[in-house]
Amino acid sequence: MSTAAEGQQHPLGIYFKIWGLLFVLSTLSYMVDILEIQGYLRWSLIITFMLMKAGLIVAVFMHMVWERLAIVYAILLPPLALMVLMALMAIEADYTHITRLLYFFGGIPLK
Amino acid sequence: MAETDVEHSAASIDRQDGIQGVIADWASDQRAFKGVPWGKAMMWIFLLSDTFIFSTFLISYMTVRMSTPVPWPPSSELFALHMFGANIPLILIAIMTFILITSSGTMVLAVNYGYRLDRKKTTLLLVITAILGASFVGMQAFEWTKLIHEGVRPWGNPFGAAQFGSTFFMITGFHGAHVSIGVIFLLLVARKVWRGDYEANTERRGFFTSHKGSYDIVETTGLYWHFVDLVWVFIFAFFYLW
Repeated sequence: MSTAAEGQQHPLGIYFKIWGLLFVLSTLSYMVDILEIQGYLRWSLIITFMLMKAGLIVAVFMHMVWERLAIVYAILLPPLALMVLMALMAIEADYTHITRLLYFFGGIPLK
Repeated sequence: MAETDVEHSAASIDRQDGIQGVIADWASDQRAFKGVPWGKAMMWIFLLSDTFIFSTFLISYMTVRMSTPVPWPPSSELFALHMFGANIPLILIAIMTFILITSSGTMVLAVNYGYRLDRKKTTLLLVITAILGASFVGMQAFEWTKLIHEGVRPWGNPFGAAQFGSTFFMITGFHGAHVSIGVIFLLLVARKVWRGDYEANTERRGFFTSHKGSYDIVETTGLYWHFVDLVWVFIFAFFYLW
């Protein structure tokens, strides 16, 4: 795979293809707003286009597909911990939201 | 001397791939990241730490937005511009997104021409990237001015939840600072490429000129620039479109 000499050098064609794809994906995610798609479809489309763009940038523009797995894992695995933080904070935010509704917006009366 | 030997042999050794390769690389009692110049490895580790910073910002944004009972300001209308006799939603943000993607493209070309030792094209592409980056920051300054005139403050705004202002200024401000630093970084490297600081026969020494005859600093600069674009992808999705 990448036993070549140091420095990432690849044919220009692949960069132009990815560049074009990034433009298309950006336009698509902007269309989500223009067409006023709402609800779960909106959120899933936004996340899909976002992850595709992020993946293309990291894989090709930042050359991750051509790196050895030792550095790929070292860089791409630690951010998974952020998923845990996100899940925890979502639960916490939900709790805060319910508490605020209860105590500030006429739920149970305060003693 | 010893290091040069290691670097030269690195190219010729047939290395294992897959998980066996990961174990072999990490257990090799040498540098773990084979075929990666140390500057690039350090840039990756810096970017990893920056990922955590931006992620905690975005996660706190998620937390305050989920937990407020007050409606969130309609970002689509708030960032609309009056053009051609109509209000076009999010148009400035869309233009900023396309500018940043374009600059990523010119950056990747600069890296490529750097390794081809084409100093002229590399310098030109780096300068174009820097100009695109600067115009991005200019548009962001315009957007901030517009919002501040409309009464958006870090502690409140007339359109809805007070947390909108604090998260907006924090996240886009931190990103804008990254773009600004990137523009400076790009111009510094462009000047060095132009002067020939990375040529094999030069005696020039200074910041960011670690190896003679190697243009890997352009790739390292590129990693930073693409990361700025990458963060914007997430901000665009979560802050503006959501």
